[in-house]
Amino acid sequence: MLACKDYRDLDADRTFRRVIDYEGGSCELAPDNTVTQDVFAYHISLSCNHCNQPACTKVCPTGAMHKDDLGLVWPDTTKCIGCGYCTMACPYHAPRIDEDLKRSSKCDGCRERVARGLTPICVEACPLRALDFGTPYELSERHPGTVRSIVPMPDESATSPNLLILPSAAAECAAEKGGSIVNRAEAGL
Amino acid sequence: MLMNETTLSRRTFVKGSLASLAVAGAAGTGALYGCSPQSEGGAGAGETATTDQISWSQCNVNCGGNCIFQWHSQDGKVLYMESDNTGDADLQARACLRGRSMRRWLNSPDRLMHPMKRVGKRGEGKFEQISWDEAIDTIASELKRVIDTYGNDAIYVNYATGMYSSTGKQPGLRLLSMLGGYINQGYDYSTNMLQAIMPHMYGSAANLDEDGNHVTLKKPATAFSPYDAVNASSFSEAERASDLVVMFGNSPAETRMGGANAVWDFAKVREAVESRGGRVVSIDYRLNETASGHPDEWLPIRPGTDAALCSAIAHEWIANDQVDKEFLDKYCVGYDEDTMPESAKGQNKSYKDYIMGTGYDMVEKTPEWAAPITQVPADTIRALAAEIAAAEAPFIVQGWGPQRHTNGEDTTRAICMLPILIGKLGLPGTNTGQREAEPPTYLVGGIPFSNPITKTIPVYQWVNAVDHGHEMTATNAGVMGAEKLNNDIKFIWNYAGNCLTNQHGDINYTHEILADESKCEFILVWDTVMTDSAKYADILLPDAMRSEQLNMQTQGYSEFYTAVVVGGPAQEPPAECRSSYDVCADIADKFGIKDDFTEGRTHDEWIQYLYEQGAEADGNMPTWDEIKAQGMYKRALEPVIGLEAFRTDPTANPLATPSGKIEIYSETLAEIANTWELAEDEVINPIPVFTPGFQGYGSVNDEYPLYCTGFHHKSRTHSSFGFIPELEQVARQQLWINPADAEQRGIAQGDTVSVKSPAGEIRIEAKVTPRIVPGTIAIPQGAWHKADMNGDRVDEGACVNTLTTYKPTPYAKGNGPAHSMIAQVAKA
Repeated sequence: MLACKDYRDLDADRTFRRVIDYEGGSCELAPDNTVTQDVFAYHISLSCNHCNQPACTKVCPTGAMHKDDLGLVWPDTTKCIGCGYCTMACPYHAPRIDEDLKRSSKCDGCRERVARGLTPICVEACPLRALDFGTPYELSERHPGTVRSIVPMPDESATSPNLLILPSAAAECAAEKGGSIVNRAEAGL
Repeated sequence: MLMNETTLSRRTFVKGSLASLAVAGAAGTGALYGCSPQSEGGAGAGETATTDQISWSQCNVNCGGNCIFQWHSQDGKVLYMESDNTGDADLQARACLRGRSMRRWLNSPDRLMHPMKRVGKRGEGKFEQISWDEAIDTIASELKRVIDTYGNDAIYVNYATGMYSSTGKQPGLRLLSMLGGYINQGYDYSTNMLQAIMPHMYGSAANLDEDGNHVTLKKPATAFSPYDAVNASSFSEAERASDLVVMFGNSPAETRMGGANAVWDFAKVREAVESRGGRVVSIDYRLNETASGHPDEWLPIRPGTDAALCSAIAHEWIANDQVDKEFLDKYCVGYDEDTMPESAKGQNKSYKDYIMGTGYDMVEKTPEWAAPITQVPADTIRALAAEIAAAEAPFIVQGWGPQRHTNGEDTTRAICMLPILIGKLGLPGTNTGQREAEPPTYLVGGIPFSNPITKTIPVYQWVNAVDHGHEMTATNAGVMGAEKLNNDIKFIWNYAGNCLTNQHGDINYTHEILADESKCEFILVWDTVMTDSAKYADILLPDAMRSEQLNMQTQGYSEFYTAVVVGGPAQEPPAECRSSYDVCADIADKFGIKDDFTEGRTHDEWIQYLYEQGAEADGNMPTWDEIKAQGMYKRALEPVIGLEAFRTDPTANPLATPSGKIEIYSETLAEIANTWELAEDEVINPIPVFTPGFQGYGSVNDEYPLYCTGFHHKSRTHSSFGFIPELEQVARQQLWINPADAEQRGIAQGDTVSVKSPAGEIRIEAKVTPRIVPGTIAIPQGAWHKADMNGDRVDEGACVNTLTTYKPTPYAKGNGPAHSMIAQVAKA
């Protein structure tokens, strides 16, 4: 996220990538003060999913928001009128209206880097090597067992996102027990 | 449409998936590579800008990562960063979120731009711009005055870790050494209690002669250090051969976040251990970020009670005949009566007597005894004891949080007792109980210096040494290298550090000492921004950032990799910022020793000299011209097993303890306990026991009913980066409090609360979370103190050291109160 902010020169109030903190469960205190617990917590690093059926392009009145030859979704600022429909339509909150530009602004998959044969800056930045980039086919081959949605993300049927996730054990807990997003302010949600 | 928190529609989860998270942002269809991008507008700043220069540099703060930067700049101004994207992806020193924010620091409007002198009261933060000539004249004349009036042992170089580089703090140390020296720091704020006490168990350099031979055994022996690959095993060894990893207060995902640092090592450890059917256990008062995603790993414990847990595990092993008596008899002193030294025989002073209730406090350390202390249920303790005993190669490892308590000297040894009791150290896949090993391979050194003064104070004692140094002795204050101090500290040299107040402890008390100009007479501070410590400067100097000069530093803490980076400047220093080397050379000139100081070399020539010295010693490194062109050299290192030589042949390879063995019972400590001047509540124990410690277990009361502690936070490295808005936005300063404690006080998520301790009061936002054990609150350390010190002193910046009480620990005289506090919380 901070690599993206550095590369795209985004300040504290603007972000193309966010990390959602999701947690649940509780600690039970016994009379002798000992603790038993079923607490879980996990993070989801999320940006634009460059969906197969993007909600943002469907509502764009000028065609500025479009899916390009690479399959990447981004707004052509020469056509964008800053109406903000895309920001309301996207269930992942990927587009936003840039207060300075008065135009829609979002992750474009680092298309210039990708065209140069590089990966997006976030993928190259991840210290845990938890991010990867490629076609869905390539990624499925490299990472067997991925899914396209985990709690609390929208069901994949909404936009057919090009996002593949290997769920952690904690995400399985969330599916069974529920929980909540605990960093809405930080994630801009 | 909002992100739906209750979406529970059908999903397929993969059983046994190992990666914590592999998010794959992928484009839709067709070939991704080799296509021309569209020409429409729309890209962001970094992407559209053409850059004309790539400069190598490094992150030089104190997480130990030293991650690698490639600055992309245009017209002499950095635009964005790439980190290490070279070679094998496993071996890339990828900067963390903080390193990736370094441009915000470099180009911050808050940078100090000019030399300044204090014009208000000390600590008020009122300064006036002066010339470099005036600054250097003042520093030189104050140095001369203090040396002439009091002697060099009135000069102290304060602990400071904001700048790790071959030419960072060393020029100042070299200059002061040439002027007759200064009082040394003993230990450090990271490993204070551990570093002081562990040599009594695993070996002390004090028992070695000049040739490195044991003084009585007359052969080479191993002395303890927390910073080597001799006394502990590497994480890569756990990856290679362990089937159970037990972590005590160790969270590399928070303390060592960079991509060639322990966080990446540990991700590989988890995957490998789980592939062998093993698992990770994370014993911590928080479900920390290392265990996030892996809920089965968290074993919650009350902070500061690890020694009670370890004692109860020991009890189970002894009761079930699971200890390795053969190992204990052959390699150790003091487990039971069989190996007690003559001076302590027949007095029920052994470790076994302590555990089984026949010695010391005559209390049997059963799981039922430990449960209410630790908050770990007795059955859970029994299960953990059985799990460790059943493991083929348990890798037992402690972070530095457990020892950073007022009972840290005992806690750190108690954790080490686990591998010792079952003889699981020095063997494949095991560890000594210490933190994972640090690299044996530093490729380059720093500018050399040799302090002629050997007198040393434990690092946390400097405030006492300002206040009443002349009363401090070896036996009442832990003074080393001399029987006593002759002087109070009159001159403080503080380069790139925030340990005058923010990162030291008990800010309100320390303020009183520093504000009294009759005590410390002169304070010199160099920094890049106005830290809380900088406000106490008499002269404040603006330092150039490392990315604004030629920078060189060898690797940090990661043990499977070593590297050196040479590069820069990526952009010129702003305004009047200068390198510390050039400034020290100018001060040296005032004393007529400039030529001795520089040896005829410029700053950049020193770097070339140091690099070539390192390259010659190493034999594998590129030439100077090559490294200048390529910017960075790195290579992988092999896994190491801690104390392997000792385990293989303890007679040929003894430890540097008096006996040459692991001293569970230390005669030296017994002697110290008898001879040092200790307060009634201060105890030094010859064996590792559970003691509550000052403001530890059992000390809460009606006024302060909660335990309170601090932890390392994603948004800062200690206090470095603490002023960067982009980091604060994504990882805010929040008080962790369990719902059970919050509800009692009517506190909801996001409320601003007041936290009071016996030492002070802060304001902070509440994060109400089950990820912290009930009865304890926690505050991310390193936030910048922000209080009206002439008014109510309520700290709106929520620095944890507003709450810590200044009381050095019994033996190390260290910063145990950093994590041992009691407090009350209320809605503000």
